[in-house]
Amino acid sequence: MSDEDKTTGPDHATDKVPAATDAEITAVGARTGMFGVSGTGDTSGYGGLVAPIVFPGDAQRPFGGWYDEVADALEKVTSLGRVVVHRREITFHVRREDLVAVATHLRDDPALRFELASGVSGVHYPDDAGAELHAVYHLLSMTFNRRIRLEVSVPDDDRHLPSLVAVYPTLDWHERETWDMFGLVFDGHPALARILMPDDWPGHPQRKDYPLGGIPVEYKGGSIPPPDERRSYN
Amino acid sequence: MTATDDIYAGTNETTDGKVFTVTGRDWDEIVEGLADNDGVEERVVVNMGPQHPSTHGVLRLILEIEGETVTEARCGIGYLHTGIEKNMEFRSWVQGTTFCTRMDYLSPFFNEATYVLGVERLLDIEDDIPEKANVMRVLLMELNRISSHLVAIATGGMEIGALTVMTIGFRERELVLDLFELITGLRMNHAFFRPGGVAQDLPPGALDEIRAFISLMKKRLPEYAALCNANPIFKARLEDVGHLDLEGCLALGLTGPVLRSTGYPWDLRKSEPYCGYDEYEFDVQTWDTSDSYGRFRVRLAEMWESLRIVEQAADRLAGLEGAPVMVADKKIAWPSQLAIGSDGMGNSLDHIRHIMGESMEALIHHFKLVTEGFRVPPGQAYVPVESPRGELGAHVVSDGGTRPFRAHFRDPSFTNLQATSVMSEGGQVADVIVAIASIDPVMGGVDR
Repeated sequence: MSDEDKTTGPDHATDKVPAATDAEITAVGARTGMFGVSGTGDTSGYGGLVAPIVFPGDAQRPFGGWYDEVADALEKVTSLGRVVVHRREITFHVRREDLVAVATHLRDDPALRFELASGVSGVHYPDDAGAELHAVYHLLSMTFNRRIRLEVSVPDDDRHLPSLVAVYPTLDWHERETWDMFGLVFDGHPALARILMPDDWPGHPQRKDYPLGGIPVEYKGGSIPPPDERRSYN
Repeated sequence: MTATDDIYAGTNETTDGKVFTVTGRDWDEIVEGLADNDGVEERVVVNMGPQHPSTHGVLRLILEIEGETVTEARCGIGYLHTGIEKNMEFRSWVQGTTFCTRMDYLSPFFNEATYVLGVERLLDIEDDIPEKANVMRVLLMELNRISSHLVAIATGGMEIGALTVMTIGFRERELVLDLFELITGLRMNHAFFRPGGVAQDLPPGALDEIRAFISLMKKRLPEYAALCNANPIFKARLEDVGHLDLEGCLALGLTGPVLRSTGYPWDLRKSEPYCGYDEYEFDVQTWDTSDSYGRFRVRLAEMWESLRIVEQAADRLAGLEGAPVMVADKKIAWPSQLAIGSDGMGNSLDHIRHIMGESMEALIHHFKLVTEGFRVPPGQAYVPVESPRGELGAHVVSDGGTRPFRAHFRDPSFTNLQATSVMSEGGQVADVIVAIASIDPVMGGVDR
């Protein structure tokens, strides 16, 4: 492992002050036992283990290098939410009501110029109560050769967030895919139809609670359980 | 069911108008069918594909045409969706490469590279990857770029009737696939890049084969230029077709040869070097016409650049004989080098002897690493690479477990295909084919 601190910006090594991370940790789930599934006759003696799942904590100012420039510019349009700097990648957590304003500013501000959106990727955290569904945008400024990540989280019972197609037309198909796979509704999208699954498909397959189905085997009516119910390492 | 009950066979009346099924050489039927109906509109909706040979796989095109002019072009995709991203969530981190290599089947090494680089960033071992592994990755990726561009040019040529371009394109691609087979054991779906390095050392004799390939390609590549560059038919079909300028490319997120054909030298190998690309000498190739011809010339020139990189990588590999190709961390590195035995490829006999006859701990270690795998610290990473089609990036999310929590691939084919409408609307039907060929989409990557 390298000794270099990866929680700070690219130019931060010059002043050797790492961006402090928030002392408060928020667990978004827990891992129990040695294997992911209980009731499988785990005789290892480690069945009672409980380990919280903790994602990298919030970064504190200064983030280092150009990260602060982008953060300063973003503060002109909105109050900065959570910011995570992990492995030299910066993530701005954005409230959904601010998303369009933030993206427009990131694209149009001559000091930022995030011209290219590399798509949106959905992530389903079933145990992150109140913020189960995340939409993750990767933006690239070709002018300054900078990459940032925007993350919007919405609760599962209100899975709406504004569409960014008007700001970045390239997100058209990406938003359709995220709707198709996670059921995230991008309000204002010109035609939010399924794109990879058939039009009449029920459910959203990439969600963690999507039923997977087992495989029947020709032996005394047995069946192979679905992969999320099998005994496995987690 | 009789033929008339099936709206996909023969001619039928539907609520949206008359439906014809055309499979070739039966256009007369449409002409007659439309002629005997006075109230018929000029506007015809043509459903091209999803099995049409000129649509680069199972791509369905919905074209609204007036005469020969396309007024609206839409894509229907998803026919090759195999749920690779979902499947990866139920396999270990190492097994993930076996899945993602199958996405864009013309550039398997790039799929593996972006995924593996993302995992390595999360593991924080980016700086620990041995030099030889990086050089081998670069070598294989650049060979792969040549084979992918060859298919792009070959199929693109075939679609406009230039069959010789197709035959020589596939002839040269075969040479590259032979090298892949020699080095990785497989012609495609290699799963050769692993988190921490590559699966296997270079086999004996590989460098000689690579050098022979380079000198042969230097003779063969000029054939494409001689056949196509100034060919009046080729130019007439490609020039000013599928035009998309820089603004259009950025708005629609197009990268790769399409973006570079607008004259913008954007290449992730230069702007965000990975795998040590900053140590190689090569130029970013551009063209300034923003059309299909420009994209062809960019691809042709990029093959020369790739050849330059392959040459440099081969020279470096000559000085790295016996160097490690996997990280030293035994908690990540697969415990054994692979070897080819009489019954195919598997663990090397020396390793089997070691774990079965010499060390119980080594056996336990092998078993744990192969069945359980390793844990990756929680977090997310996105490390894009410059694939032959543009920016290919894997958004890799870990929750600290032994399997990817989520792996999403931003595939350039998927993104670039969105430009079909702007590239082909207002043009001729025949130009749609050329425009799509110039995007070079691979449906395995589009649908994943």
